[in-house]
Amino acid sequence: MSQSPYLRRESAGTLASSVRLAGRTSPIRCHLFTTDHRAIGRLYLWLALLSVAIGTILSLLMRLHLTWPERVLPFHGPVLPEDYLALVTIHGTLMLFFVLTTAPQSGFGNLILPSQIGARRMAFPLINAVSFWVIAAALVVLLSSTFVPGGSPISGWTAYPPLSAVPSAGPGQGTGIDLWLASIALFAIGSTMSSINQLVTVVRMRCEGMTWGRLPLTVWAWITASMLSILAFSVLLAALLLLFCDRHLATSFYLPVGDVVNGTLRAAGSHNGSPLLWLHLFWFFGHPEVYIAILPGMGLTSMILGNFSRRRVFAYRTMITTTLLIGFLGILVWGHHMFVAGLNPFAGTAFSISTIAIAIPAAAKVLSWLATIWRSRPSYTTAFLFSLGFVSLFITGGLSGPILAQPILDQYLHNTFFVVAHFHLIMAMAGIFGLFSATYYWFPLLANRTLHEGLGRIHFVGSLLGAYATFLPMHLTGLAGEPRHYAQLTSIPNAAGDLLARTLPLNRGITWAAFFLAGTQLVFLANLLLTLWRGPRSSPNPWDATTLEWHPNLSESDFGLLPVVYREPSQYAYQNGEARALPQWIDPALLPSAPSTSGDRGVS
Amino acid sequence: MPATYTPSKPDLDKSRLHDNDNGAGRRPPTDKRTGGGGEGDNWQSRPQGQRGPRERLGRYRMGLFFALAGDLMFFIAIVSVFFVARTTGHFDAYNRYINEWLPTAIPPVLWLNTAVLLLSSVTMELARRRMFHEPDVMEEWFGLGRPISRRSAPWVAATLCLGLLFLAGQALAWKQLAMQRVFFASNPSSHFFYLITYTHAIHLFLGIGGLMLALWGLYASRQLETRQILVDCAAWYWHSMGVFWVFLFLLLAYFQ
Repeated sequence: MSQSPYLRRESAGTLASSVRLAGRTSPIRCHLFTTDHRAIGRLYLWLALLSVAIGTILSLLMRLHLTWPERVLPFHGPVLPEDYLALVTIHGTLMLFFVLTTAPQSGFGNLILPSQIGARRMAFPLINAVSFWVIAAALVVLLSSTFVPGGSPISGWTAYPPLSAVPSAGPGQGTGIDLWLASIALFAIGSTMSSINQLVTVVRMRCEGMTWGRLPLTVWAWITASMLSILAFSVLLAALLLLFCDRHLATSFYLPVGDVVNGTLRAAGSHNGSPLLWLHLFWFFGHPEVYIAILPGMGLTSMILGNFSRRRVFAYRTMITTTLLIGFLGILVWGHHMFVAGLNPFAGTAFSISTIAIAIPAAAKVLSWLATIWRSRPSYTTAFLFSLGFVSLFITGGLSGPILAQPILDQYLHNTFFVVAHFHLIMAMAGIFGLFSATYYWFPLLANRTLHEGLGRIHFVGSLLGAYATFLPMHLTGLAGEPRHYAQLTSIPNAAGDLLARTLPLNRGITWAAFFLAGTQLVFLANLLLTLWRGPRSSPNPWDATTLEWHPNLSESDFGLLPVVYREPSQYAYQNGEARALPQWIDPALLPSAPSTSGDRGVS
Repeated sequence: MPATYTPSKPDLDKSRLHDNDNGAGRRPPTDKRTGGGGEGDNWQSRPQGQRGPRERLGRYRMGLFFALAGDLMFFIAIVSVFFVARTTGHFDAYNRYINEWLPTAIPPVLWLNTAVLLLSSVTMELARRRMFHEPDVMEEWFGLGRPISRRSAPWVAATLCLGLLFLAGQALAWKQLAMQRVFFASNPSSHFFYLITYTHAIHLFLGIGGLMLALWGLYASRQLETRQILVDCAAWYWHSMGVFWVFLFLLLAYFQ
C-alpha cells in the first residue's frame, strides 16, 4: 500500500465519517434515524446480533429439553410439547430471516457494497432507512408473539397448513401465528425494498472503470441474492395473504375436505384446498431464501481466499457464472422439499434432477476455492481461517445434499434429524462462518480497529470443533430414526421408544457440544467488546487487500479524488518471489515498473 | 495488466479531481432524441452517479421497474393459485368427484371500469409527455416560468379523477355482487374474484397516492427534475397497473 500516493491515516467507514455525513446533529439522529448506508448497515448488524443471541439461547433450551425432558426451567415450569414447538418456530424464524438474511445481505451489503463499487451512497438512501425500520418492526412483532395468550406459534418457520391455518390446532395458533404472519409480511416488504435499492445501486452507481467483469465476487453474490429476493419474497407475500384469508375470511386455499384437527371435523365453508399449495408457494420462496443466506458467504470466501493466499481467484469469470447459475437453479428446485408431502412422483424426478444439477456450479465453486489456495503460502489470519472453515462446512454439508435430492432416499430421511444435520451444516454453520469471516475481515472498516487475532483463533478452533461435534452426530441419530419436531424422546412405551432411547447417549453428546459451541461464541463477544473498548487502531488497509472498500481516502472523496478502477480484484505482481498487491484503484502509470503478471493469466 | 482494459493516454490525462458537482442543475431530460448515448451532454465524461437529471430519472425508473417485477411475481402467484383451485376437486363420502367451483358472473360495470382505466392511462401518458416536452423544459430551465407544471397538472388531475372513478366502479361491482349474495366466502371462484379485485384496488390506492404526490409536487417542488421523476414514476406505475388489470380482468371474464 505504501505505493499509493493518496495515503491518509484514516480508514473508510469510520464512525466519524458517518457522523459527518449525517449532518452535525444529535448522536441519535446520526446513528439511529439516519439515511447513511454505513450507519444503517451497523444497525442491521446489531439487529442480527440480538436475534442470533436469542436464537442461540432458544436452541440451547431445545437441546436441554430433548436430553433432560424432566428438567424444569426456572421462571417457567416444565417444558410442555407446545413450548418446545414454539422454541423450534421462533429459533428457525429468527435465524433464517433476522440473522442469515439480514446480516450478510443487508448488514454487510450496506456497509461494504457501495464502497466496493466506488459509490458514495446507495441509490435510494431514504428507502434504505425505511426498509431497516420495517424489518426492525418485523422483529418486534415476531418477539411480541411470545407475550400474547397462547404464546408463540408452534408450526415451525415453514408454517405448514392445516396446522397453521386452524386456530384450534394448538396454543399459539391463534394470535401467535397472526403476529408471525404480520412479522413475515413486514419482513418480506422490507427485504424487497432493500434488494431493489442494492440492485439499482450496482447497476447505476459504479465508479469509473468498474466494469461488470471487475466487480468483486461479493458484489455479484449480493446482486444475485437481491434478484432472488425480489422474485421470492413477492411470492411469499401472496402465500401469506392466502393463509390469512384461510384463517380469517373462511376460505380454504390450503384446507382439504374432511380435515380433522384435534379430533374435530372442520365442516364450515367450502373445502377444496390443499396444503400442498402452501408448500409449493412457500418453498418457491424458501429455497431461494436459502441461497440468499449463503451466496454472500460464497462470494466473500472467494475474495478472502484470494486475498490471503496472494492469488488471483481461480477462474474468476466462471465464478461469476456459477454465482448466477446457483441463483437461477435455486428457483427451479423447490419441489425437493415436498418429496414426502404427496408430490406427483414424476414432478419429484424433475425436481430431483434440477437439484442434483446444482452440484455442478457448487462443485465448481469448491474447486475454485481449493485451486486458489493450492500450494500458496497463505497468511493464516482469523478471517482466512473462517473462510477455510466455510469451505469445509460447505463440502461436508453439501455432500449430504445429493443424497437427500433422491426421492427414494428422502422418503426415509426427510423427517429425521439427518435433514436437520444437513441444513445446519451447509446453511446455518457455513452461513455463520461466512459472517464471522466478514466480521474479522471488515472490522477495521466498521470500527477503525482490528479484532484480536489470538482470541479470534481460539474462537475459530472452538467454533469449528463445536460445529462438527454438534451437527455431524445428528446424521447418525437421524439415520437411527430420530424424528424432527418431536418434543420428547424418552418414556415412549413401544418399539419406537426403544429405538429413540438408543439415540439418547449420542443426543447427550450433541447437547454438550452445542453448549461448547455456544460458549465459544462468548470468546467472540469478549473480543468484540474488548476491541471496541480499547482495541488497537488499524492501519488503512491492514490486509493489503485489492478491492475498493479499502481505498485509503474513500471517506474523504467528497472533496478528494474519485476512485477509478483499473483492473479486476485480487491481482498481484510477483517480483523475486514476493507477491505485491495491485489494488483495483492504483493507476498503472503510477506503478514503479512494469510488473510481471504471472498471476494474471487466464480468462481476463 | 489484464487485457480487459488498457487505459489510453487521454484516459490517463483526464482529470480525476472531483469538482463537487453532483450533476444537479444540468439540462433536464427532454423528449428530443438526437441519437447517441450522451446526446450532447458529455454524458461519458462524468462518472456514474453524477451525470445529472437524466441519470437520476433513470435511477428512479429502474427502481420502480424492479419493484414492479416483484409485483408481477405477486400476481403471477395469485393467478397460479387461481388455475390450481379451479381444477381441484375432491371425492365425497359416496366416492363422487366434487369440484365446487362455480364461475362468478362478472358484473357488466367492470367493462366500463376497464374502459375508464384504459382512458386514465391515456391521460397519464399525456401528462407524462408534457413533462418532457422540449420547448417547455428548456423554457423552465432558462428560468422563464413554470409551463411544465401548468400543462401537465390538468392531465394528472384528470387521471386522478378517472382512477377514483374506476375505484368507485369497482365498489359498485362489489355491491352488485353482494346484492346477488355472492360474497368473498361464497365459492372458490368468488374468493378469487374478490382477492384479485381487492389486491388490484389496493395497488390502485397506492397509485392514487402517487398521483396525489405528483400533483402536490407539480405545485410545491421547485426542481423540474424532481417533478419529472414524480410524474414519470407515477405514470409507469399507473400504466403497469392498467396492464395488470387488463390481464386480470380477461382472466376473470373468460377463464373461470
